Amino acid sequence: MNEFFKEVFTPGSIVQLATLASLIASVNFGVVGTYVVARRITYIAAAIAHSVLAGIGFAVFARAHFGWDWCVPVLGAIVAAVISAVVIGYVSLYLREREDTIISVVWAVGMSAGLLFLYYSPGFNGNLESFLVGSILYIAPADLWIMGGLGIVVVLLCLFFYNPLMAVCFDEEFARLRGVNVPLYFMLLLILTSLSVVLLVQLAGIVLAIALIVLPAAAGLHATSKLWHAMCLATVLAMIQSTLGIAWSYSVEIPAGPAIILLSAASYLAVFGWKWWQSHLAASAPRQP
Amino acid sequence: MGAALDFRKANFRYREVPVLVDVSLRVEEGECVAMIGPNGGGKSTLLKLALGLLKPESGGIQVFDHAPHTGCRLIGYVPQHLHFDPKFPVTCMEVVLMGRLDRLPWWGRYSPEDREAAHESFRRVGLAGMEERPFASLSGGQKQRVLIARALFTDPRLLLLDEPTANVDLTVEERFVELLEELRAKVTIVLVTHDLGLVERLTDQVICVNRRVHRHRVSDLDGDTLRQIYSAELREQHFGSCACPVDEEKAPRK
Repeated sequence: MNEFFKEVFTPGSIVQLATLASLIASVNFGVVGTYVVARRITYIAAAIAHSVLAGIGFAVFARAHFGWDWCVPVLGAIVAAVISAVVIGYVSLYLREREDTIISVVWAVGMSAGLLFLYYSPGFNGNLESFLVGSILYIAPADLWIMGGLGIVVVLLCLFFYNPLMAVCFDEEFARLRGVNVPLYFMLLLILTSLSVVLLVQLAGIVLAIALIVLPAAAGLHATSKLWHAMCLATVLAMIQSTLGIAWSYSVEIPAGPAIILLSAASYLAVFGWKWWQSHLAASAPRQP
Repeated sequence: MGAALDFRKANFRYREVPVLVDVSLRVEEGECVAMIGPNGGGKSTLLKLALGLLKPESGGIQVFDHAPHTGCRLIGYVPQHLHFDPKFPVTCMEVVLMGRLDRLPWWGRYSPEDREAAHESFRRVGLAGMEERPFASLSGGQKQRVLIARALFTDPRLLLLDEPTANVDLTVEERFVELLEELRAKVTIVLVTHDLGLVERLTDQVICVNRRVHRHRVSDLDGDTLRQIYSAELREQHFGSCACPVDEEKAPRK
């Protein structure tokens, strides 16, 4: 652990970059994750996360075959995530009964396309695992800037549109009657989710990203009764969990993504258990006859 | 002055099943009318057409001389079903404030005047002091009253209430009637209800909705007839023989 702290405060070290990246992303998990969990669209977020592989795959493919050196994997991921968000959002808004089918299709097609692009990319060194379960210890300073920029945009939009977004999540019909452009805000929420997912994929990989969106927010929502309280709590929890997770993974040399997620799950269970214990105490308190 | 609600030969069907047939109906501004009819007879559909949430297959609908999707902002609507997530983390105050979403300034925060007016709405429905309680922790009747407060907070010209007394107890209902009696002088009210006692106390005007729509005066229907309509609720075939003629032809099948 001492090693870890020494590394964290070493400018430009791998551990410092990873910790900074996870702290930036934590604000996103907290804010966007809370909307996602409260609106019950975690499965949409999961589909977007998996479809991101198509964009990453295409970027690797394009660099190898067309020599598009500007086409970095993060860019591909962003484009793929936004496209799947728009497709799923459109289906969800206008063709409601087929929503779950389309989500599964986007999920599977995105992954398949990504795998094929990677298969046909000769320069690709075959490190598929880093996309699937994350590679936080390979974050470059340039990634940090992209993550920071995306994070700021996403959080500002979420805070700026806090009231209409909350209304759209809580009571879509009433929001529509008050002249709120419900489809526009729902689409905005999905696009913000997709951008956050891209950040998460950097940290924890495609398969595990969804856990980071869901777990801190679920813990926050369980413990509070206001949306923005839940956002703050989820952000703080995510920051603690990801820092501890990186420390843990660094000390005993295990992958960081799974370490962070297991810690998140543990703290969610702790919040759940605490709330259950409180209601248990309240129920078993002696009553006046 | 235009009518609060104006339906002209409106038709609506879900898939193949006609729900409302040839509906012509005017509710003048300042009126207080009750809407009765059996479950599945089309009452909620009629309200949703007026709100622009559904579009008629044919015919015209106007709300204060506007198309429903713009006129709906003049309507304070209290839905019948609490169709939203019961665990959603939101306080009663936040729910009521949603009534002025359309007046949010560009920076997206409610003004102190809005908050003061919201407190006033809480007082009017008898929920003063409950503002910061989580909405999820309220009983069904209290939730209903919060939704009424939200509708009042929109400063509506027309209140559409879809069975507002369905899950409230008698004392609450009494306060609610007093509130409606007070509001009747200021806004147009359309009240969907199964509670005939409520109808008789509030209004002389009844709209019967059972696929077709007819307007009656309560005084033209004696108490027995009205009670028959309601006993017919469970046995729909009786409905045709009483005050509100049911559509004779069955739902056409293609």
